[in-house]
Amino acid sequence: MAAPEPDWIEARLVAARPRAMAALLRYFRDLDLAEEAFQEASLRALRSWPKNGPPRDAEGWLILVGRNAALDRVRKDARLSGLPDDAAISDREDVEPEMAERLDAADYRDDILRLLFICCHPDLPATQQVALALRIVSGLPLARIARAFLVGERAMEQRLTRAKARIRSAEVPFETPGPAERAERLGAVAAMIYLIFNEGYTDADPASERAELCDEAIRLARLTLRMFPAEPEVMGLLALMLLQHSRQKARFGEGGLPILLDDQDRGLWNGAMIAEALALLDKAMRHLAPGPYQIQAAIAALHARARHPEATDWAGINALYRALERRGASPVVTLNRAVAVSKLEGPEAALALIEPLAGALDGYFYFHGVRGALLERLGRREEARTAFGRAIALAGTAAEAAHIRQHLDRLGGG
Amino acid sequence: MLYSTLCYHDEAVTTAWSAEHDAAVIADLRKVQDRWAAKVGPVVRLMPTSAATTLRKTENLVIDGPFAETKEQLLGFYVVDVATLDEALAFARDLAAANPGGAYEVRPVMLYQPDGRGGADGGA
Repeated sequence: MAAPEPDWIEARLVAARPRAMAALLRYFRDLDLAEEAFQEASLRALRSWPKNGPPRDAEGWLILVGRNAALDRVRKDARLSGLPDDAAISDREDVEPEMAERLDAADYRDDILRLLFICCHPDLPATQQVALALRIVSGLPLARIARAFLVGERAMEQRLTRAKARIRSAEVPFETPGPAERAERLGAVAAMIYLIFNEGYTDADPASERAELCDEAIRLARLTLRMFPAEPEVMGLLALMLLQHSRQKARFGEGGLPILLDDQDRGLWNGAMIAEALALLDKAMRHLAPGPYQIQAAIAALHARARHPEATDWAGINALYRALERRGASPVVTLNRAVAVSKLEGPEAALALIEPLAGALDGYFYFHGVRGALLERLGRREEARTAFGRAIALAGTAAEAAHIRQHLDRLGGG
Repeated sequence: MLYSTLCYHDEAVTTAWSAEHDAAVIADLRKVQDRWAAKVGPVVRLMPTSAATTLRKTENLVIDGPFAETKEQLLGFYVVDVATLDEALAFARDLAAANPGGAYEVRPVMLYQPDGRGGADGGA
């Protein structure tokens, strides 16, 4: 058999990381130790796999080698024993039967879920959850995570250290979770994956550092769905993200300026992603257990199915947003429904729908953007200018601000 | 003789590929296809097994995902028209050189009914 390419090994290591990290975490019950162990195992894999070929069970190999290497280090640190015996841990013939016996899929499932769950522990603020998951589960280098969050490496390292300390004191139980606990963890994990995706989606200009966060979120959702293949909400989440991400190439123009849905070149949408998402959504709906992710995916699907903007089923979108409102009123959901209402009944009705949200959404960029656009269409130029001015002050990215400035330019004067 | 070359790989690995890596692998496989152009029939790449639904015939039971939880998943297949099994294996070896990892199963085709319909983004 031909020796595998080094980048093939890289791909194996990336793929094996969540399972291996999860098992090492269960063993050491400490994120830092588990990380070091995986690091060491990866280094040894890079040395040994090109020579000996890849082991049949890459995860099993990494777990055992990592575990032994870390144990050796702990022992060495404690000055309890001499140098580690390299031969004893790198013989793959010994490794595999043992691992195959011990680690069945069910074990892995709860291990990985725990690993993901630890990263989104409710004690952690949202940004720390995202950073921690990207570092621990996805294995993104610190520098890249720091750049995605526009902070220095030192600051990001401190943030991660604080997050890990908080997790240690939170003492997440390591026993196998019961069904209720498992469902609760799954919900928290789905929310975290959605959060990672949103970090990338708000600024998914392919040229931006953040764009890859969308890919990471999709990867994590695939991993979760492989573990829970019959969870309609996980299918819905993956479908939702695939649909939103399918438009990535069409969403930004020259200089990273956002292009609105109506103006996008739909030929640039990723057909394969859309097709997979629609298949997943079809499958999810067979379960007759709708939830917020499935509903949001269904909304995105109505956009994806429209060959041109005029073909969009705005009545359907309005109904789906109503269904979301019924499951828990959020002003943001109503704001989005207002866009559908403006298409169906005109700007006046939409404006009436969002005016009561002013208090709740005063600090929300998109509220003032939508409100400004509706006022503009009603010819209330002065009020529109004020709304857009407020939006610019709240813009999170330069591209968002530039986009609003285009509106202001169109309104002229000032 | 028609042979199918079934492509198996660990989905955890293939779905972890970056878009660029994926495109590079497909481009490499494409070169092999071009070399064998005269003999390669339809080429099928399947969506991930997470998009699969299985109907178990005896119990009329529908489950999500592939029925068999195996580590290496069927990702797609080629149909080649070659004289001998040796030649079919040569094709599979060519593919393997372009995309290491996983496994290929070479299996003779019994019935063959191509209709040229496209898939997710192959229809256009």
